[in-house]
Amino acid sequence: MHQLTLAEIAQGLAAKQFSAEELSRSLLARIAQLDPQLNSFITVTEDLAIEQAKAADARRAAGENSPLLGAPIAHKDLFCTNGVLTSCGSKILTGFKAPYDATVVEKLGAAGTVTLGKLNMDEFAMGSANESSHYGPVKNPWDTSRVPGGSSGGSAAAVAARLLPAATGTDTGGSIRQPAALTNLTGIKPTYGRVSRWGMIAYASSLDQGGPLARTAEDCALLLGAMAGFDAKDSTSVDQPVDDYLAALAQPLAGLRIGLPKEYFGAGLDARIGEKVMAVVEELKKLGATVKDISLPNMQHAIPAYYVIAPAEASSNLSRFDGVRFGYRCENPKDLQDLYKRSREEGFGAEVKRRIMVGTYALSAGYYDAYYIKAQQIRRLIKNDFVAAFKEVDVILGPTTPNLAWKLGEKNADPVSAYLEDIYTITANLAGIPGLSMPAGFVDGLPVGVQLLGNYFQEGRLLNVAHQYQQVSDWHKQVPSGF
Amino acid sequence: MALERSEVEKIAHLARLGLNEGDIPQTTETLNSILGLIDQMQAVDTQGIEPLAHPLEATQRLRADVVTESNQRDAYQAIAPAVESGLYLVPKVIE
Repeated sequence: MHQLTLAEIAQGLAAKQFSAEELSRSLLARIAQLDPQLNSFITVTEDLAIEQAKAADARRAAGENSPLLGAPIAHKDLFCTNGVLTSCGSKILTGFKAPYDATVVEKLGAAGTVTLGKLNMDEFAMGSANESSHYGPVKNPWDTSRVPGGSSGGSAAAVAARLLPAATGTDTGGSIRQPAALTNLTGIKPTYGRVSRWGMIAYASSLDQGGPLARTAEDCALLLGAMAGFDAKDSTSVDQPVDDYLAALAQPLAGLRIGLPKEYFGAGLDARIGEKVMAVVEELKKLGATVKDISLPNMQHAIPAYYVIAPAEASSNLSRFDGVRFGYRCENPKDLQDLYKRSREEGFGAEVKRRIMVGTYALSAGYYDAYYIKAQQIRRLIKNDFVAAFKEVDVILGPTTPNLAWKLGEKNADPVSAYLEDIYTITANLAGIPGLSMPAGFVDGLPVGVQLLGNYFQEGRLLNVAHQYQQVSDWHKQVPSGF
Repeated sequence: MALERSEVEKIAHLARLGLNEGDIPQTTETLNSILGLIDQMQAVDTQGIEPLAHPLEATQRLRADVVTESNQRDAYQAIAPAVESGLYLVPKVIE
């Protein structure tokens, strides 16, 4: 049963081949058996899952037949879940049982999904390897000596290992797409504002977006359709109808214009990944797509700009973790300053503290123009590159990552070297456009991801291209050995 | 421009982050390496470019000035480290 996709589960449940409760019990047993090898879950919500599964079975018995009714999923542990530990991978949220559900959790719950638990992640979503979690690193099911990517590393590892069919994630600089690429999954970061951020613990508010990770584009379409939509509780939520992503999947690719940015295929890219990506392009041509060489000249400035904007916003967002109202508080504070400083020193990990300090510096008196304003100007240049490109092409295609999954610990000594891994994904967050990663093959037994970038609100087109490719390829059906 | 130890201490204070004495040299070195990356921005010509704060150029949505939330003090304080009579407790601030 664990090999089934969400779409297949919907069919199985509708045909009464199994119940939601049976399915959930089977996956919970699998998680208990296999997750010790991966560490992808922070919390397994067994009782909640059985309760929700029974409720889904009852709704189905009463005549309801929506596709996500009884579908087992799990949430990245930065989506607030009422009464359940929401840790953000941090010690500072020790004991934080959120007093409400995030909008995404609420919407998926209303659609009938069953929550199996909360998934491991880089602390406060800051990382590309899932090694900065207070709850320990997550292992890649394709090679457990390697990282699964991050920051949604628990989501990626769990879905890749068939512990569950799909999961939520968030993407601030690549945190859905990069782990999807490194674990052979399909994952989509929607347009900024498409999915509500309410109840999603903030890292960098102008960049953060929630989205699904799954094994097929079709499953991503199913989940995203339920996650997306206007939310008055999120001040940056976009008030515009959600496209029918499932209906968009079937569109033929004839006439699709694909742009290949030369900056994505230059120095720094593992040539073996480049070959896999070009093989995907050849397949898409056979399906009727045309290809054009394009340029995104400001891409090279994205990482420096991101490492001003994201830490600046983080330093402000994370000021709420002060040891007073929730989470961790240090022992025996001698005064209020000591309470703040020691709770934060002991509660935050090294990478989070680094980014808070970089952001605090960038926003401090005398440096604001040189850093924050400059970064926002570069942000516009990056957006302008995309606006110009999308006048000529429908989607932009390139590698998701420059390298394969690396060994645990390999990039810990030098944070900057890990930052550079996000070179291909970070521009979509700065511009606010949607991006998708899908499986493109294997090099030395490790997955390779290809990234599709689309114009604002073109999630349906990205899912369509990925789905059509998945009709003529079987990379996404490969299973890591041992799982 | 490289940060000195005293500047790192000042930034940590502004961010209300305690800093372990032994970690200061390593923290300073790492922050300088990140700032080195960031400083690559200065080579970009951004003369006359309007800063972009929001990808869709959206402006703040407004709503009617009416009460929309109910009182949930007890639920929110149930997860606080220390409360008493509906108040959050912290060490004495005024002697």
